[in-house]
Amino acid sequence: MIKKIVNIFKKVNEDQNPWKDEKSDKVYAVAALFNTPDEIIHAAEKVSNSGYNDFDVNTPYPVHGMDDAMKLKPTRLGWFSFALGLTGTLTALGMIFYMNGIDYNNIIGGKPFFNFPSSVPVTFALTILFTGLTTVGVLIALFSKLPWLNNPLLDSEYSKATSQDKFGIYIKSTDSKFNQSEIETMFSSLGSSAVSLIYDSKVNEKKIKTPIFETGFIKILIGVGVGTAVITYFTLNWVIFQMPFDWMVIQPKVLPQEKSKIFADGFGMREPVPGTVARGFMPYEYKGMPDSLVKLLANPLPVNEKTLLTGQKRYDTYCSPCHGNYGKGDSRLRGQFPNPPTLMSEKVLNWTDGNIYHIITNGQNVMASYAKQISRDDRWAIVHYIRALQRSQNAKDSDLN
Amino acid sequence: MELQNKKEISGKVSKIGFILLIIGAVLVGASFMANKERAFFDYLIMYMFIISIALGSLGLVALEYLVGANWSTPFRRISEFLSSIIPLLILLVIPIILGMHDLYHWTHKEAVETDAILKGKEPYLNTQFFYIRLGIYFVVWFLFFIGFIKNSTNQDKDGNVIYTKRNTTLSTIFAPVFMITLTFCAIDLMMSLEPHWYSTIYGVYYFAGTIVAGFASLTLISVLLKQNGYLDPRIGNDHFYSMGTMMFGFNIFWAYIAFSQLVLQWYADIPEETFWYMMRWEGSWKYVSIGLLFFHFVLPFLILLPRSVKTNLNRLKVMSIWLLVAHYLDLYWLIMPTYTHKAGLHGPVFGWNELGFPLVIIGLFMIIFRRRSMKNNLMPVKDPKLEAGLNFHL
Repeated sequence: MIKKIVNIFKKVNEDQNPWKDEKSDKVYAVAALFNTPDEIIHAAEKVSNSGYNDFDVNTPYPVHGMDDAMKLKPTRLGWFSFALGLTGTLTALGMIFYMNGIDYNNIIGGKPFFNFPSSVPVTFALTILFTGLTTVGVLIALFSKLPWLNNPLLDSEYSKATSQDKFGIYIKSTDSKFNQSEIETMFSSLGSSAVSLIYDSKVNEKKIKTPIFETGFIKILIGVGVGTAVITYFTLNWVIFQMPFDWMVIQPKVLPQEKSKIFADGFGMREPVPGTVARGFMPYEYKGMPDSLVKLLANPLPVNEKTLLTGQKRYDTYCSPCHGNYGKGDSRLRGQFPNPPTLMSEKVLNWTDGNIYHIITNGQNVMASYAKQISRDDRWAIVHYIRALQRSQNAKDSDLN
Repeated sequence: MELQNKKEISGKVSKIGFILLIIGAVLVGASFMANKERAFFDYLIMYMFIISIALGSLGLVALEYLVGANWSTPFRRISEFLSSIIPLLILLVIPIILGMHDLYHWTHKEAVETDAILKGKEPYLNTQFFYIRLGIYFVVWFLFFIGFIKNSTNQDKDGNVIYTKRNTTLSTIFAPVFMITLTFCAIDLMMSLEPHWYSTIYGVYYFAGTIVAGFASLTLISVLLKQNGYLDPRIGNDHFYSMGTMMFGFNIFWAYIAFSQLVLQWYADIPEETFWYMMRWEGSWKYVSIGLLFFHFVLPFLILLPRSVKTNLNRLKVMSIWLLVAHYLDLYWLIMPTYTHKAGLHGPVFGWNELGFPLVIIGLFMIIFRRRSMKNNLMPVKDPKLEAGLNFHL
């Protein structure tokens, strides 16, 4: 196998290489060089006006007005670009429709699975990609006739000059009006600096396949493709999990919510020892106790500005959505749930701090426990704030003193 | 070679322009009588359209100097003539000043007092500062306009290259000034109609429309002049192809910017941003919004895509009128929903009240163009780039 591949590469360097470029005696074209863009425009006009069809111009940079001078028809390239651009648009839309709309539904920002606005950027990009690749590909295939590697113009003094600082024109021998001496005199009379003959390449006469269509080459190409795919697959699925290449990503320690073989139940995470108290979290020992007992609880916090401000902040965040900003139960949620009770009722006014604290901690009716959201101290601060609200809403003259 | 106007632009242009202006002015007057508030909004659309053409044209003049373009030199005077409405902008703004209370919610003192957002924006959005900013825009535009025109017309006398150099320097300064003033102008006059809403791309959006309008009006007038034999015979398909391409390109740019604004606000879905689009989606505004997409982008894109359209004068004429109408529709879409929303209507309003305003625009530009063309050559006859511009080939 390897020997075979080596032989295919070797062949290129050997003398019997069938693609070796050798000039034949057959005239391919008559070429002329000019020094300025104006001269080449004039020459192109003269040649096209004389009735020649099979000719072309080579210039080091685009010369304005050449299309008119050569009487070129509008190019068909645009149609290829348009057709493939449209294919790109439809491919992108179809792809996104299938992926997002059918195959793998994902809710993103509450939008419909398939929607037009978010598809536009990708559609736009794919349209441009298709158009760009097509334009270049068709340009190469249609106009440069690649993969034709033996253009007789290659390896000629003419081509060297036109890719530097000269402007060239050539008329091919396939032209119906081709007459070598006539063309030579015409070019000379136009003031050409150099008229030359370009000979055909022997390879073109032999009519053999271009190298990239050789079975050997195609085999190597497929081999490289398959090989690369296999290596990539194994690299991504096996190699990067092996010893130095995993860069210590895989470690024997137990990660949260992972399995572990150390413990009999197979869980990596352990329950804390009974009676453990988390830091900053005092358990509430009056859970389920009757009101008569709970009301004896006293508020441990002093009444001062800091406590009241904390209480206000927590109250506005957690309590006001239902009980209202002033505790009157008149929030905007009124009517959407069982109506939240007012905190200004005779019942609540007569409660002790302990009763209120107990309800915040345990919940009551549809009100859930807030022990998880609000810390113990903050709950007591809220109680202070509710007391302040109650007093402000039922203010007496004597409060002014 | 001596290049002069072959013919004078006929007096008919002035006469027709004058008639249109009179008819338009009568209709506008009637519109103000019938429904003052609605007429103010219509007037704002008209005013923004005039700014689009005036500033778009001046922008094109500057662009030509800035990039050293040859091909557009024979047409530069057309843009210069169109921008000659700039001195009139200060007069034309008076009705807007009078209608501030009807147009702009933020001028209502009592509303600002109770609105935390408007209160926060008050240091910028207050009437005094608004007048000062408008004054700055007008002065800056006027000075640059005078500078460009003076240098350009003086060159007709002696053909001195120094004028081209001066204008090139001027355009280098003008480029950022133009972008900044136009952005703030769009924010002040149009975006502040909805003072709670904001879009950071709004200025660019208006700029894109402005440049499209500038190119479309230039193309329209060049084609008309060419068809009536006023232009040099050397001006041919390649010139018009370039104009069509620029028009086409900037129209795509407009669509790109419009979409960029839409997709961000649509994706984020924040009520303080989306209500602006919701206003343009309620009732039959929906059809105007979808219509704008097709009328301003999809159809012109497909029609202007082939080369044959851009080299055919008649088709190019149709497309330039089309894009001007599309820009008018765009401004209508930007401005009018504020009125219909305020008036409690769930759809666009269009009737005889609106018809007078476009006539005034056409009339004004016809008169000004003809007046300027009497005083000046239709081509910058001694511009050093003119020969190259006339002989331009693709």
